[in-house]
Amino acid sequence: MADPGTNGATPPAIAVRDLTMAYGDFVLQRDLHFTIDVGDIFVIMGGSGCGKSTLLRHLIGLNEPAGGEVFYGTESFTHAPPRRRAEMLRRVGVLYQSGALWSSMTLAENVALPLGEFTTLSEREIREVAALKLALVGLAGFEDYYPADISGGMQKRAGLARAMALDPEILFFDEPSAGLDPLSARHLDELIVELRDSLGSTIVVVTHELESIFAIGTNSVFLDAESRTMIATGVPTELRDHSEHEQVRRFLRRGEA
Amino acid sequence: MSVQSPAGELALTRLPGGTLVVRLAGAWRLDHGLPPLDELRREVRKATPAKIAFEGEGLTHWDSAVVAFLAGASTLARDSGIPIDRSGLPEGLGRLLALAEAVPEKDDAKEGSNIDDLVHRLGEKAIETHRLFRSDLQFLGHLALAVGRAFRGKARFRGSDLAYLIQQNGFEALPIVTLVTFLLGLILAFVGAIQLQTFGATIFVADLVGVAMVRDMGALITGIIMAGRSGAAFAAQLGSMKVTQEIDALETMSISSMDFLVLPRIAALFLMMPLLTLYGDAMGILGGAFVGVSMLDLSLVEYLFQTADAVSMSHVVGGVFKGSVYGALIAIAGCLRGVQCGRSSSAVGEAATAAVVTGIVAIIVACGVFAFAFYVLGF
Repeated sequence: MADPGTNGATPPAIAVRDLTMAYGDFVLQRDLHFTIDVGDIFVIMGGSGCGKSTLLRHLIGLNEPAGGEVFYGTESFTHAPPRRRAEMLRRVGVLYQSGALWSSMTLAENVALPLGEFTTLSEREIREVAALKLALVGLAGFEDYYPADISGGMQKRAGLARAMALDPEILFFDEPSAGLDPLSARHLDELIVELRDSLGSTIVVVTHELESIFAIGTNSVFLDAESRTMIATGVPTELRDHSEHEQVRRFLRRGEA
Repeated sequence: MSVQSPAGELALTRLPGGTLVVRLAGAWRLDHGLPPLDELRREVRKATPAKIAFEGEGLTHWDSAVVAFLAGASTLARDSGIPIDRSGLPEGLGRLLALAEAVPEKDDAKEGSNIDDLVHRLGEKAIETHRLFRSDLQFLGHLALAVGRAFRGKARFRGSDLAYLIQQNGFEALPIVTLVTFLLGLILAFVGAIQLQTFGATIFVADLVGVAMVRDMGALITGIIMAGRSGAAFAAQLGSMKVTQEIDALETMSISSMDFLVLPRIAALFLMMPLLTLYGDAMGILGGAFVGVSMLDLSLVEYLFQTADAVSMSHVVGGVFKGSVYGALIAIAGCLRGVQCGRSSSAVGEAATAAVVTGIVAIIVACGVFAFAFYVLGF
């Protein structure tokens, strides 16, 4: 297999090479082949049930590919030994669909846990950093609340604070606007762009929310449930206007091809 | 031919050209039942009509009852190759029917038809059992590694979690353990008293209750209580953490859920079960004493001295040892079923049930093994 990223000046953040995803005998998607560049806001899009979230799970090692490989930079993530994988994942933050905050811990403890595990900060410093991260997502003062005490939108933001705890180079978002009202969804979009611009993170977003896709996406891949593979990749607005595939244009124009 | 329900009316008439007219009139509502499709089927079978035409002008009220009837009639017509004419139906009805038929039924959407045969089901079950067994072994392997890490001081979990679990599964279990073991001691005393009274040896009720509680029953009954209380709770906790992706979040942060969630739970029960067993033993002896004093004319001091004579230190140590093994088994069963839980809320309930069943089976089997081993060793 060709080493990905040798053609460009800087290696890509993530490269997916001939990835096949399957549950047992059932192939969900095959021959996925795309590159996520550093600084991109990369959108994984497609209809319901096409395997968007499963692709994200493959990218962060929660599912194992049935074939093909995932590279972080130029290094294979799929074939890395467990310890090396853990190191690679330390540069990654994930915001899960439901926030996935640890319900037995306060918001501050949620953010503090990865800090305590992977840094040498003192307890007081950890507490300060955790408070800062919560403040960044607009949750200053909510340090001692439990996840069950706050609204769904706040849980998502707290989940983002936890995902950002270790200043990751790559941030993954699984359906960030699902279950949020239009205003909160838009704020989250703005926050995502802000994070990319200020921290220089690479962002990978799984979504089917058209407004988000056009507002923030700089690159994308479209998974088709019918043919079970990716049928388009590129800048979302260009795909909307010029894609050769009717499904892609229909999807991006809400059915008006 | 015509059928009348309380409000609606269905009439089938044949026109000279071979057309069968299905006329619906009045009010057809779901709460009055569907227009009978059997009538139409019988009529069609009698002589295949050239065409079926639906008439609905007389309908004063209709709802899904009519739509379901018409959809059934359309399928019937299609299967017999008879053309249908819906032009006589109200506009809304026609649109609903078109909507229901817009997406043809997917062949593979209906499950179960081919799973009905016995061999297939047996095979599926065998594969499923094999898969579950492998995942049990995998869990135990990972657990062994985690315990190894814990002994080398490398396992990562929060002390505050362990403290909380100890409180939840130790101290807070005291009331139920008190009630059940006290009553068990009482029951044993009654059973013994009936037999021993015939020999005039009621004082030996103290021996019976004391030895039975301390050697076996105290640990066993406390174990069963804790399997229902803590085993189910552990499975539900871990299962719902799986549903909400909290376990995924731990894994992607390279924090082992085995270290972080499973170890403190096993440690908590392993540490608390011996204490609860000791406490349960004492409560059981008190239950026996209650019967002895109140019904068998024994004095409390006499009863307790008799118990102390009968029960040896090795009985106590053996019982407590059994208690801690049961504790570990219950916690392992609970965590195992929690980790194997599926990603839906109904799966959490199933996991809790499975945890209690597995836990109780495990401690009863262990109890049998202990009884045999202690007997052989002359303990």
